[in-house]
Amino acid sequence: MPLFDYSLLLTGQYHDMLVAGLLLSLQLLAASLLLALPIALVVALLRLSPVAPLRWLGFAYVESIRNIPLLAHMLFWYFGAPELLPEGIKQWLYAGHIEAYSAIIALALYTAAFMAEDIRSGIRAIPTVQFEAGRALGFGFMGTMRRVVLPQALRVTVPPLISQTLSLWKNTSIATVIGVAELMYQAGQVESATFRSFESFAFASAAYLTVSLAITGLATWYHHRFPVRTI
Amino acid sequence: MLEIINDYWVYFLIGQYPNGPLGGLVLTLLLASCGLVLALPLGIVLGLARVSPWRWLRWPVTGFVFVVRGLPLLMVIFWAYFFLPSVTGVKTDQFITMLIALVIFDAAYLAEIVRAGIQGLPRGQMETARALGLGYGRAMRLVVLPQALRSMLPSLVNQFVSTIKETSLGYIIGLAEVSFIATQINTQVFTKPAQIYLILGGTYFILCFGLSRFAYWLERRLARRGMSVADPATAPKVSA
Repeated sequence: MPLFDYSLLLTGQYHDMLVAGLLLSLQLLAASLLLALPIALVVALLRLSPVAPLRWLGFAYVESIRNIPLLAHMLFWYFGAPELLPEGIKQWLYAGHIEAYSAIIALALYTAAFMAEDIRSGIRAIPTVQFEAGRALGFGFMGTMRRVVLPQALRVTVPPLISQTLSLWKNTSIATVIGVAELMYQAGQVESATFRSFESFAFASAAYLTVSLAITGLATWYHHRFPVRTI
Repeated sequence: MLEIINDYWVYFLIGQYPNGPLGGLVLTLLLASCGLVLALPLGIVLGLARVSPWRWLRWPVTGFVFVVRGLPLLMVIFWAYFFLPSVTGVKTDQFITMLIALVIFDAAYLAEIVRAGIQGLPRGQMETARALGLGYGRAMRLVVLPQALRSMLPSLVNQFVSTIKETSLGYIIGLAEVSFIATQINTQVFTKPAQIYLILGGTYFILCFGLSRFAYWLERRLARRGMSVADPATAPKVSA
């Protein structure tokens, strides 16, 4: 038996399993990101709201999610939450891919709590006089937002959001706990079927690293393309 | 819910101890504390290497930090779990495996905190120390590092919170920490998964929320004291 069996990774059934895992991981990333962004925006606005109870609601969301490990969230959404639903919906859920849905809910809610804080500090970084100056120059509300406030806010908000995306990518691996057949799960399956732990984990590590480095590269590119301007 | 707490709280806190291995919440805390205590010196060394003027030291450490930070912790745990026995020939238990994975993982993150702490100091600090005749090592040890470590304190508490959350991944290799114990209780009670996992989440929340509030308080306190030192009226004029 060769020391490092490339053929295992390049063709055949195990190659297919690992690639399917990678694709599912990427799908988890995309689905959770699409769900997390609007939630994060709403929570950030709640936290900045002038109404105190709404601010508390936002605070409670962020703190209760951030101070509990993602694993506990996953276990709750997979084992706990479906039990609370009415019988009909439960039946329908268990017939489908319930583990993937639970993982996406847990990942999206978890990531949204972190992203909400980044969006909030991005919005707060823009002095209100910027908005007032825009209005005073005769721009409408939307015009001021689009031409004055948002270009400045996005420059400071996007880089932390990209680094949260990187965390999200790494966190998709935790979905393996509830049996989602993503990359980490498939690497474990290939390992136990072939006893070639080095090959299967090398594939998974390389795949995680490649996507991570791509996301880091995106952040660097954004930073060069849209440098933060200080007034 | 009260019924579950009443029946299982001892098991939840310490696992099967003293009739079996220690587990539960106590094991979680023990693992997180040991992990951070061991990772801190390693993190400082790696952080110093990241800012060192010597390329042969800086580049490999930078590469290591990038690789570890690009991988999920779970991947590091898997490598440790399957590789340590095959390399050392000794079957390591789950606690040691998890501890090694945590130390490697946390050290890479701490290295970045140390680096930020050092680079956040005004350059004048290092230059002044060198101008006074201290060598690079002594200037770092006596002047730069003590100040950097002080400003790192809140980040360290936050890193402890992360470490507590990270120990939950020991679940996957069957380490009897608090998430694993909660799942064990769930299989025994069987009918109340939502309540059991809410108790688990609540437990983590009380611990981590308390600690992160402490970090927040510490940050504000240090900022207040730091301000009085950096007050332009009283501070010596050193160009930053």
